[in-house]
Amino acid sequence: MEATQPKTPMVSISGVNKHFGDLHALKDIDLTVEDGEVVVLIGPSGSGKSTLCRTINRLETVDSGDITVAGKPLPAEGRALANLRADVGMVFQHFNLFAHLTVLQNITLGPIKVRRTPKAKADARARQLLERVGLSEKADAFPSQLSGGQQQRVAIARGLAMDPKLMMFDEPTSALDPEMINEVLDVMQDLAREGMTMVVVTHEMGFARRAANRVVFMAEGQIVETATPDEFFDNPQTERAQDFLAKVMTH
Amino acid sequence: MFDNFDLMVAALGRGAWTTVWVTLSSYTIALVIGTILVIMHVSPALPARWAANAYTQLFRNIPLLAVLFIMYFGLPKVGIVADNWVWALLGLGMYTGAFVGETLRSGINSIPLGQAEAARSVGLTFGQSLGTVILPQAVRAVIPPLGSLLIALVKNSALVLAIGVAELTAQSRRLIEDNESRFDLWGVVIGVTVSYLLIAFILSYLVRLIERRTAFVR
Ligand SMILES: Nc1ncnc2c1ncn2[C@@H]1O[C@H](COP(=O)(O)OP(=O)(O)OP(=O)(O)O)[C@@H](O)[C@H]1O
Ligand SMILES: [Mg+2]
Repeated sequence: MEATQPKTPMVSISGVNKHFGDLHALKDIDLTVEDGEVVVLIGPSGSGKSTLCRTINRLETVDSGDITVAGKPLPAEGRALANLRADVGMVFQHFNLFAHLTVLQNITLGPIKVRRTPKAKADARARQLLERVGLSEKADAFPSQLSGGQQQRVAIARGLAMDPKLMMFDEPTSALDPEMINEVLDVMQDLAREGMTMVVVTHEMGFARRAANRVVFMAEGQIVETATPDEFFDNPQTERAQDFLAKVMTH
Repeated sequence: MFDNFDLMVAALGRGAWTTVWVTLSSYTIALVIGTILVIMHVSPALPARWAANAYTQLFRNIPLLAVLFIMYFGLPKVGIVADNWVWALLGLGMYTGAFVGETLRSGINSIPLGQAEAARSVGLTFGQSLGTVILPQAVRAVIPPLGSLLIALVKNSALVLAIGVAELTAQSRRLIEDNESRFDLWGVVIGVTVSYLLIAFILSYLVRLIERRTAFVR
């Protein structure tokens, strides 16, 4: 690639609209996420953050507009879509670990079934990842035997095991007891530091300030403001953002 | 004790054996049909869902005896000929399959949506999500109701006597209606009752074994 050529963004969203019945959930969304960038989506409840996140791996379809991941348009369905999803890690608010599988099996399922990694190799990698998220001794436990914070760290390891190009987090700490929030945020912050491309929906303003390259503020299905964390938190431009920050910062 | 006890036990034993293999064979057919139905039910293809629905409605709303009669007396008229035990297995299997399908479907519906979303996010295809994440959990949830269907099938299998299969109830009827009245009525009644109870107990025990073997911590 020539030095003058612009780099392909990791995610490019342009002109995306999405309705749920009469509700216009996403309105003309344009957003690019560069390789290695950490983008934090914030905004009031119901503003469309989750929906936007979920359109990127097509857990939600869109009515109009284009989405590309690593330069390729999202496949509509089938094997091609599955392959794209394999490259995009997703961490959910409620963890969604596979309840019938052990922690280790949760992490190796994707590599073995999708990447066709030999089991021994997948196991070894999974143990490495577990060590990284501080859960080496939990390999053979079932999800229900773990705390919320532990489950979420396993979910992150499960995403990382696919060597994703991009990791998405949809309110990864919202379902956690306060004392467990930091153990998850610490893992995420390490990831960000190591250069993982991340899209994070969160209400953790401290994390946004420390880890984000860019903050995207949404309200009523629209992107209202995009800025660096310092600009956004210290000097929000729009009234909506000022109101929102005034409300969340007092808590 | 009872008259011609050994003869009676031999006849009931043959009947019980027939009941057991008719039950287990038709249950196997029902499991296959039910699995196909549930895959069609959850598939994204509308015609598949429609067909599965039609099948289920049909077999849930026709009496089993009518199913057996249509197969045994009706199908030969259109040139489809087979032994009566074939119709017995197919009739019981296809009928019970509709119920197995519905049971599996409620099992799938009991699995939180997040499990399927996580499976898809990891990159599993529709079939892989179903096979490795959804069905294994659904099956565990439905082992007890599937066990009830099995026991119900033991009892339903008595109906195949109507198309001449000599299962347990048919045998007891033969003994009671024996030309030379060689058998004691109460002996046959007790014999057939004990046989059915034994079959049910053994099958229930096996179901519980399977349930325990497949249990996981929730
Ligand atoms: N499957 C759905 N069917 C109908 N409406 C939906 C669906 N999913 C989301 N919505 C609606 O779309 C809007 C945007 O929802 P979304 O979940 O994206 O908001 P959010 O910003 O993530 O909010 P929160 O902070 O509460 O998670 C909301 O009004 C929501 O009720
Ligand atoms: Mg949300």
